[in-house]
Amino acid sequence: MANTASVGKTPLTTRGVQPVGRRSWARSYRRVVIPWLFVLPIMLINVLVVIGPSLSAFYYSLTQWSGVGPARFIGLENFRNILFHDMAYRRAFLNNLLWLSFFLTVPFIVSLFAAGMLARIRRGSMFFRTALFIPYVLPAVITASIWRNLLSPTLGIGPLLASWGIPGLDRAYLGQPETALLAIAFVDNWHFWGFLMVLFLAAMQNIPPELYEAARIDGATRWQEFRHVTLPGIRPTIVFMLLMVAIWSFLVFDYVWILTQGGPAGASDVLGTLVYKQAFNRFEAGYASAIGLTMSFFAGLIIAIFLYLRRRGWEI
Amino acid sequence: MGFLRRLFKPGREMSLAPNYILLILLVAFALGPLLVVLFNSVKAPASIGRNPLGFPTEFVWENYPRAWQIGNFATTTRNSLILVVGSVAGVLSLGGMAAYSIARLNLPGGGALMLYFLVGSSLPVQLFLVPLFFLWRQLGLVNNLFGLIIIYIAVNSPFAIFLLRSYLVGLPPDFEDAARVDGANEWQVFTRVILPLSWPAFLTVGLVVSLSVWNEFLLATVFLTEQRLFTVVTSYYNFTSRFSRDWALTSAAAVMMIVPILVVFLSLQRRFIAGLTQGGVKG
Repeated sequence: MANTASVGKTPLTTRGVQPVGRRSWARSYRRVVIPWLFVLPIMLINVLVVIGPSLSAFYYSLTQWSGVGPARFIGLENFRNILFHDMAYRRAFLNNLLWLSFFLTVPFIVSLFAAGMLARIRRGSMFFRTALFIPYVLPAVITASIWRNLLSPTLGIGPLLASWGIPGLDRAYLGQPETALLAIAFVDNWHFWGFLMVLFLAAMQNIPPELYEAARIDGATRWQEFRHVTLPGIRPTIVFMLLMVAIWSFLVFDYVWILTQGGPAGASDVLGTLVYKQAFNRFEAGYASAIGLTMSFFAGLIIAIFLYLRRRGWEI
Repeated sequence: MGFLRRLFKPGREMSLAPNYILLILLVAFALGPLLVVLFNSVKAPASIGRNPLGFPTEFVWENYPRAWQIGNFATTTRNSLILVVGSVAGVLSLGGMAAYSIARLNLPGGGALMLYFLVGSSLPVQLFLVPLFFLWRQLGLVNNLFGLIIIYIAVNSPFAIFLLRSYLVGLPPDFEDAARVDGANEWQVFTRVILPLSWPAFLTVGLVVSLSVWNEFLLATVFLTEQRLFTVVTSYYNFTSRFSRDWALTSAAAVMMIVPILVVFLSLQRRFIAGLTQGGVKG
């Protein structure tokens, strides 16, 4: 979030003339105490909700704890379980990787393609931008229920195609272990790709038009223009979104939970749904904290890899 | 048809025809499913089996009052509105105060504070969810709208502070200084000078926070488990699992949820899109 904001000292504002000879506590009151009073309420709330519980998650991950009563310290037992024994964890982690590879490719290809199309037209471009963005503002429960119907094996799109003479697509995409997770990813992507497209479109509109004119004079085809002017021009945006999407891929919860609750029989479980089940269905709050911690670890690992590659001189 | 003729006119415009065709296909992909929901919302439940995706042959408007009643929309809308209003008020006032202090009062340690919020905002909900839930239960804040509002304020405020700060940094200092010379204290400067000057940024943040709170699922599911406190979203989730066979009913409920979001989004879309893309929030 808010990565576009820069972190740093803000410029000094001009101040009214300070009366000479003020006692120093009055000055530090104005310069230090009052500014901190303005940030204090939100800081307290942030510590109470985010930072405090995040730190205590480290402790609870080392315990066996049902959520009520005292937590029993068991050292690294939870993590040993995750690493060596828990097959459900392993499957969920592999599902997160599958999710990652889906979301690093499909939405990017579709939205780059669409943004490239849209950047060239004038008439109606506002309409297309708005229309393609609409799915992004809908709540996940709505998107999920719409597509649960459309993907239904008896009444959805598949049977409709079958009645038109295109057989074989009337399958229970969400109900079969082999296809459940991909079907969920497809639905999430229906909701998500318009957002990416609008970001890419905004970046494309910042490319200097002279570059396109130069390419045209050189006789570049449209594809060459896209490949050698557009893509390099918006590369910072693409790379940044690849990073964000990779992080989000380890945190996914909503669509999986709403559409299948990780089913059938755990086939579409991801780490996010495992945390939920362990904490609130099985009351293994200590183990759930440990899983949550590993999710944050993977998200942090993505950032570390990104920074490492950049330091190695990759232009990302 | 003038539009079509111009589209296929030879020359420069001609070359854009494939763009329009592909974009129209993508729009059909994006909006087609919404059209199907609209169609199904007015079909008789029995006729959906014969005609699950097409245009309705009869119009059964009673689906709407039925869905409103069974879906308990009066209560859930009230709950969602309380959450939205409370969270937006909290984020704008407390986040606005912090942004003002960092941007205009030259807060000592402001850079470190921004870094703190940056780290805090990138911590995944799943990391602190479990300890937070059991802490909130001890404090009696589970199944309590106010308890959830506090969480929403905490989760949404970093984004608000970043966006408001970058707006406030760009304001000219003249008005503030004039007010200070007239003897206003910092609180009066904030409420009487800064707020009226920077309402566009506050509106953008307010819209983004409203949408994210209105649509939020995970925290609302975990922290509000009693039916009387369900939000529009969590109630719809339960509703669809109870009435999964009755597509007419669930479609009518879906339309009632989609329409208000679309009306607000379409009337303020530039501000929405700017805010959402700056926030980089995945919904």
